Amino acid sequence: MSLELDRSPAVVCRGVTKEFGSGDTKTVALSGVDLDVRYGETTLLVGPSGCGKTTLISIIAGLLYPTSGEISVLGQDLVRLRNGKLVNFRAQNIGFVFQQYNLLPALTAAENAAVPLVIAGEYRGRAVGAAKEILAEVGLEPRMNAYPTQLSGGQQQRVAIARALIHRPKLLVCDEPTAALDAHSGQTVMRLLKRVAVQPDRAVIIVTHDSRVYRFGDRIVSMSDGRIESVEEQVVDQEEAVAASG
Amino acid sequence: MNWIALRMLMGDRAKYFGLIFGVSFATLLMTQQVSIFMGILTRTASQVLDVRDAEIWVMDNKVRFIDEAPALPDTDLYRVRGVPGVQWAVRMYKGQVTARLADGNFRAVVLFGLDDSTLVGAPQEMVLGSLADLRRPDAVIIDKAGYEYMWPGQPHELGREFQLNDRRAVLVGICKARPPFTTLPILYTRYSSASGFVPRERNLMTYILAHPEAGLSDAEVCRRIEEQTGLMALTQRQFFWKTINYFLGSTGIPVNFGITIALGFIVGAAITGQTFYLFTLENLKQFGALKAMGVSNARLIGMILLQAVIVGLVGYGVGIGLTAAFFESTSGITHLAGLAMTPLAFGGVGAAVMLIIVITSLLSIRKVLVLEPAVVFRG
Repeated sequence: MSLELDRSPAVVCRGVTKEFGSGDTKTVALSGVDLDVRYGETTLLVGPSGCGKTTLISIIAGLLYPTSGEISVLGQDLVRLRNGKLVNFRAQNIGFVFQQYNLLPALTAAENAAVPLVIAGEYRGRAVGAAKEILAEVGLEPRMNAYPTQLSGGQQQRVAIARALIHRPKLLVCDEPTAALDAHSGQTVMRLLKRVAVQPDRAVIIVTHDSRVYRFGDRIVSMSDGRIESVEEQVVDQEEAVAASG
Repeated sequence: MNWIALRMLMGDRAKYFGLIFGVSFATLLMTQQVSIFMGILTRTASQVLDVRDAEIWVMDNKVRFIDEAPALPDTDLYRVRGVPGVQWAVRMYKGQVTARLADGNFRAVVLFGLDDSTLVGAPQEMVLGSLADLRRPDAVIIDKAGYEYMWPGQPHELGREFQLNDRRAVLVGICKARPPFTTLPILYTRYSSASGFVPRERNLMTYILAHPEAGLSDAEVCRRIEEQTGLMALTQRQFFWKTINYFLGSTGIPVNFGITIALGFIVGAAITGQTFYLFTLENLKQFGALKAMGVSNARLIGMILLQAVIVGLVGYGVGIGLTAAFFESTSGITHLAGLAMTPLAFGGVGAAVMLIIVITSLLSIRKVLVLEPAVVFRG
């Protein structure tokens, strides 16, 4: 029963279209996208720049409304969620990992990781305490009190991953998590994501154009010109892939 | 989220101090200039305020301010005394004469000639000597600041002699008086002595000081005096404001100070507004990330307002502190006497700083409100 539930789609996109501008300046970023993202899986969105990956992930994350189509995330019709409800939905259910980390420079690693709990209304002390636990999990125990400028790119991304997971979101959205990192750091971050982020009750979507990390995906969704070109299921042994990448 | 807002604000010390500097500078400039402006204006009518034992001033009906009053004939005093509702009325001379000192130096002085029998209009607080000594021949009392002008650096000493209109004057007392606009020494003497100290004119009486009978308002008695004598009769408050309004309307003082105060506001608003706006712009990605992670617009507005209020309060506090330090450090300077931070400047500038902060915050809030959270995905 639970296995069946876990394998049901966390994200369902049907005929999702997104247009920017109007008249002569109208740009179609997404054109009739159909996509399912399942719990317990890592879905990679890949494709050349401008193919619509970022737009699609923004719509799935509830940061943009589609021009038309249906989008259901964790059973919620996002088009019907407006203003405060959508903001709360994001705060409770979605974790974000950004390409440029977007850590607050004035906060320590532990404080940065604690931000989602603070947003949820948790007391600062408790939130930072929880952040220290998860930072230890991502291997940053000795650097908990360091500021972002005192951390390497890989370390900052690990803080960002801790921040994305601290409130146990059901959906993790990662935008080019390895793009600003060297190859070694990129592999480390991907291994970390596979180890700590992938859970049976969580869906992980990673936008990337870095072919070296394709091996970490359960499914690879290729996009081109605002459409999904192919969906490739990977049946590789993840443990093996992780070991091989290291 | 408040602590995050504060950490964002104070995380970059240089920008934080830049913001504080902007508000402090504006506060200092505005408070200091408003206070000096008000101090100078008050000085123009300070001698009106110093007369505390008469409520009504009667004068020629063309008088525009206290320093410009033609002498009235003595008969006017009797006419005023004859107005129903006037309990008493006394004469007073106010004019400017030149004092020649024993060492040959001379100083222009403001001379008050007080009614011989009542001494109405006399100073209320003596520093040295006694008011009763004013009844001695050729006796004069000088204000403390005036003494320091006439005999700079010398200890307070009574019995000093000098000449007024080639007549001997003897110093019998030193008093406290509000500094006049022109920073000239103020001398008090009896009316009969003044007639000897002032170059001969047909009439000497500049003002008539009157007191209403019990149960009648000052304004009602003023109306009766004007009606029956054709002279101008003003309450102390009316004469105070008439004098101030003359200086406001007929001199460049308000324009000059107004320009400086406006510049203080504009420069302060520009520095603070620009720095705070740039601070918000530089943190836009962070605000975007917070927005994406589920921080509502209302909370973001709260964070920005908190940052702005902290900048405003700290900057205002520092600016007020600097202004207070300025006036404290100049309080011993004789020619700056009477210039101090006023409650109106304190409150008015507080309101101006609040306006700066509101304008500044609105610019930043607008930027954050229109920010699409999806911006965080655009590398």
